[in-house]
Amino acid sequence: MAAGPPLYGAGDDVFERVRTMMQWTPQGRALGLELVRIDNGKVLGRIPYRAQLAGDPESGIFAGGVITTLLDQVCGMAAVVAMREPAVVATIDLRIDYMRPAAAGRDVFAEAHCYKIGKNVAFVRAIAFEDAPENAIAHAASAFMVNSNSGRRIGANLRGNKP
Amino acid sequence: MSETHARLAAALARIPYAGFLGVSAELKGDELTLSLPYGEHLVGNPLLPALHGGVVGALMELTALTQLAITSKSEHFSKTIDIGIDFLRSGRPVETYARARVIKIGRRIANVQAEAWQHRRSEPIAVLHGHFLVADDVANESS
Repeated sequence: MAAGPPLYGAGDDVFERVRTMMQWTPQGRALGLELVRIDNGKVLGRIPYRAQLAGDPESGIFAGGVITTLLDQVCGMAAVVAMREPAVVATIDLRIDYMRPAAAGRDVFAEAHCYKIGKNVAFVRAIAFEDAPENAIAHAASAFMVNSNSGRRIGANLRGNKP
Repeated sequence: MSETHARLAAALARIPYAGFLGVSAELKGDELTLSLPYGEHLVGNPLLPALHGGVVGALMELTALTQLAITSKSEHFSKTIDIGIDFLRSGRPVETYARARVIKIGRRIANVQAEAWQHRRSEPIAVLHGHFLVADDVANESS
């Protein structure tokens, strides 16, 4: 096997590194997203239940958008874990199939796994659930642009796009 | 404010998550526009800064659900079956808008498309298409 640089997801401190990345996101902090574990490239995140994030005041069930953001976040983290060196990722697309609504009052977990990463694109699948992935709330399939700043300064793609 | 608009504003105001995001609605005829003023808590990448993709997706899903309720004259929001979101541009730290178009309402399933933009409608930052379970009060009426 060719000796390349180790994966970003390798090493003992990967959990701390990815946790720092997740804490860095203001929306993640506002939602209270937490990193639970990284195991064999699989990234498990959690969103603690809060009535403030309900999509329906009567049922108190999490809004779909909360699950969308959780899935997008853990998918992005799984793409980073699969890289040789950390780079900015940007979601190309995200498809979510809803099996059922989340249970009211319960924390929701999401586990993501990057099953293919190339020079430009990472493909990631994820499952959202309360207790076990077999009893899923939602399945997600997503593609991420890897090195979305293409070696240019971060945000270079925004130039010429000014109002 | 028309009666429909008032009912709609009340329905959205009752959604806790819409309040968390800071969404407001405007209805012209039967066409809805949701507006999401910029807030620091909506940012996904503070370096750019760029809005979190999940927030942009959530805005479009809320728009799709609300527009579907208006178009189908339903008192209830539908359940989401699936959504596909394509991200086209970084969401910049400014106000974001979204509109949705109901492509088809069948007996059980509705097909809806939505898009989100910022400065220029002709340059969407993201688009969404989704399938939704038609609310019971609509399904019974058309069966």
